[in-house]
Amino acid sequence: MNTDATTNAPAHVAIHSLSLSQRLIAGGLALMLGLLLLGGAGFAGDYRLHNGAHDTRHAMGFPCH
Amino acid sequence: MFRNLFFAAVLAALCAGLLTSAIQHFRVTPLILHAESFEGAGHSHGEEAVVHEHADGTSHVHEDAAAATTAGHDHGGDWAPQDGFERTAYTVLANLLVAAGFALVLGAVSMLAGLPITFANGLVWGAAGFVVFSLAPAYGLPPELPGMPAGDLMARQIWWIATAVMTGAALLLLAKTRAGWAFAVAALLIIAPHVIGAPAAPEEASAVPAHLATAFAANTLGTAAVFWAVLGLVFGRLNDLFADRTATQYAGKGALA
Repeated sequence: MNTDATTNAPAHVAIHSLSLSQRLIAGGLALMLGLLLLGGAGFAGDYRLHNGAHDTRHAMGFPCH
Repeated sequence: MFRNLFFAAVLAALCAGLLTSAIQHFRVTPLILHAESFEGAGHSHGEEAVVHEHADGTSHVHEDAAAATTAGHDHGGDWAPQDGFERTAYTVLANLLVAAGFALVLGAVSMLAGLPITFANGLVWGAAGFVVFSLAPAYGLPPELPGMPAGDLMARQIWWIATAVMTGAALLLLAKTRAGWAFAVAALLIIAPHVIGAPAAPEEASAVPAHLATAFAANTLGTAAVFWAVLGLVFGRLNDLFADRTATQYAGKGALA
């Protein structure tokens, strides 16, 4: 995977044309939002979230009750 | 840039989440419903406590029965979606949210580590996601049906998250470098949670027949494999598309912002 970094065109242009701070901001935001969604749907103890997402938790392999 | 990442992640999640919901509806949810039928008194979706009528006309609520109901299957609180359309709708919604969550985490790792997700390597990203978030946790905590005995919830959640983080770190390390020490560290990270061991289920008989449980484990992992493959490929394809478009825009403006 580390060897093809220069061979494959478009998305590389996207990521490699970004400055480090831009990557940190975009990546940080995406990480926080992603973890928030996973925490709410997959892990939160609130019974409404649990009951609403019940079948998803079982089907996606999250620990559930 | 966050906008591109966000849109690619959400669209990929929509595709993977909807397809997964369809497969789940036919292959996974029926097993959950079937398993719930064996929970019997142990399953509380907010049923009322057992009221006992005595011959003398007095009646009282059997507190112990009510307590047992809640303990058997902790759905605490009153609200739960109605079986049927409402329950399915909530499951699809939750699937989409989980899919978006996974896609954003994948995109964030790609962004932070400087490893692009493309159509060409999308399947590799998908396979990594499958190993990190489905296979490795399932190796210690097999996909569990309602009514199966299980260890402490909080302990299992912590083990699940730790396993995913450590396995993910291992794969990321190998994606960045193939030095000898990296293989050693990666192997250690992958094996450690399983040597420590997941919180064990209590030694008690399961109310759920074994054939349901095995079918459930196989079907959830199979569905997860499809989910991750689609997520990785669509995510990569969209990244390629957006990057193409952005590159064209920037070339037109002669600027790189």
